[in-house]
Amino acid sequence: MKKIINNPENVVNEMLEGIVKAHPEYVKRLEGFNVLVRANGPSKGKVALVSGGGSGHEPSHGGFVGEGMLDGAVAGEVFTSPTPDQVFEAVKAVDGGAGVLLVIKNYTGDVMNFEMAGELAKADGIEVDSVIVNDDVAVENSTWTTGRRGIAGTIFIHKIAGAAAEKGMGLPEVKRIAEKVIANVRSMGMSLTPCTVPAAGKPGFELAEDEVEVGLGIHGEPGTHREKIKSAAEITKDLMDKIFADIDLTQDDEVAVLINGLGGTPLMELYIVNNEVDKLLEDKGIVIYKTIVGNYMTSLEMAGFSISILKLDDELKELLNYKADTPAFKQL
Amino acid sequence: MITRDLLLDILKNIAAVIKDNRQFLTDLDAAIGDGDHGINMNKGFKAVEEKLDTVRDKDCGTILKTTAMTLISTVGGASGPLYGTAFLKAAMVVNGKMEIDNEDIVKMFDEGIQGIIMRGKAKRGEKTMLDALIPAYEELMNSLKDGSTIAEAFNKACKAAYDGVEYTKTIRATKGRASYLGDRSIGHQDPGATSSYLIIKTVADTLNR
Repeated sequence: MKKIINNPENVVNEMLEGIVKAHPEYVKRLEGFNVLVRANGPSKGKVALVSGGGSGHEPSHGGFVGEGMLDGAVAGEVFTSPTPDQVFEAVKAVDGGAGVLLVIKNYTGDVMNFEMAGELAKADGIEVDSVIVNDDVAVENSTWTTGRRGIAGTIFIHKIAGAAAEKGMGLPEVKRIAEKVIANVRSMGMSLTPCTVPAAGKPGFELAEDEVEVGLGIHGEPGTHREKIKSAAEITKDLMDKIFADIDLTQDDEVAVLINGLGGTPLMELYIVNNEVDKLLEDKGIVIYKTIVGNYMTSLEMAGFSISILKLDDELKELLNYKADTPAFKQL
Repeated sequence: MITRDLLLDILKNIAAVIKDNRQFLTDLDAAIGDGDHGINMNKGFKAVEEKLDTVRDKDCGTILKTTAMTLISTVGGASGPLYGTAFLKAAMVVNGKMEIDNEDIVKMFDEGIQGIIMRGKAKRGEKTMLDALIPAYEELMNSLKDGSTIAEAFNKACKAAYDGVEYTKTIRATKGRASYLGDRSIGHQDPGATSSYLIIKTVADTLNR
């Protein structure tokens, strides 16, 4: 496997240095930690948002640190949750006195490490609360699983809860908004190729030339099933059918759409998918209020994409439109 | 009875065994998880080995607490908080003690398992490390009750842990990332149960040396 790296053990550290050097007006690194915080933070009196997780999902989450979105992002090793001490440092650094909301993607490791960090912060007298994002409809939500994974829909939580915090809402309100987004967002993805964790040196799974993996997560973990490659229209319809089956959408409902690339898929193909999504929504009379296309929650060099659909109401629309200025997402 | 020096040996040997099995654990994890278990465990126990030098002359509780905090801050993923919590709970049993008696060992094992259950919200039969640890604990407790030496008891516990790992091949994962695979996880042994078995085996091997 070819990769443009120096040493597999240093990828996260060297990447964070590179991010800070690219965006010094937005972010700075907490000395000695794999944590990026706002360059001009902490914001006094504002609820702070901290997210994070394993690395390899760039621009998530460091790319969303900035006005109107996150206050801090914690980077673990590739596809590995950051440790509680790292998250705790982030919480301390961004707390402006109004409390901190942790935005956690629903993975066993992330939940445990962030919860431990939350316990440490509370013991230190910082007001902390958390929300767990579980937008992936590929996974059955039953007592038999850990629950659904958090994937690209997380970007909507960063954007909308971030706006709520920026507008000066208190911690319980910001949490309510975040949970409203979580309740109304669904995602589903597929991939054409696996990806290789630098330190592992070989792909997480193997796919034949004409095979695709459907319903996979963002860590190279295998999906729900494999099938032969089909046309963009057919693939998109399969994914959208899963989403439609899980969320109550009726004529004239308004939605935001995120077509997210997993890292190795050209924008050309993402736009082709978007064209199909638009047709499917239009057929049902559903109104697209906002569309986002690009690489937001990647899985290293994996080729593939996910679709996220967020059902909107007036409150969410207003916050979605609120100003955001971060390295990877701008809403002017 | 486990003396402080023996405890230090056990921890050092665990680090060596995890290092030797780094690729094996990673391959097991790649099949049903995200393929980092061996990498992360090796990183954690390598750090523990380095840290042990600074607590050599301290009590068993401090040594184990240092092990726990090092695992928590270096391993990451789910294994870090789980093993870290287990070692932390075990450490509290022997706070201030320079030696660990058989009663302590049973209690440490039990507390460690309770810590994992609390942190992981898992139970036996969900294809996790508990499927190796709980049978091993039960075997250890019963063997000691029947008059086995601690070394013999750990041999039996090791066998029970091994059987537990084999059992994980037959069941479907309902916790952790492997649960996303549904029935496709059947046939694969659980990486966490495997590392737990390796740890118990190392304790047994060190005691029998």
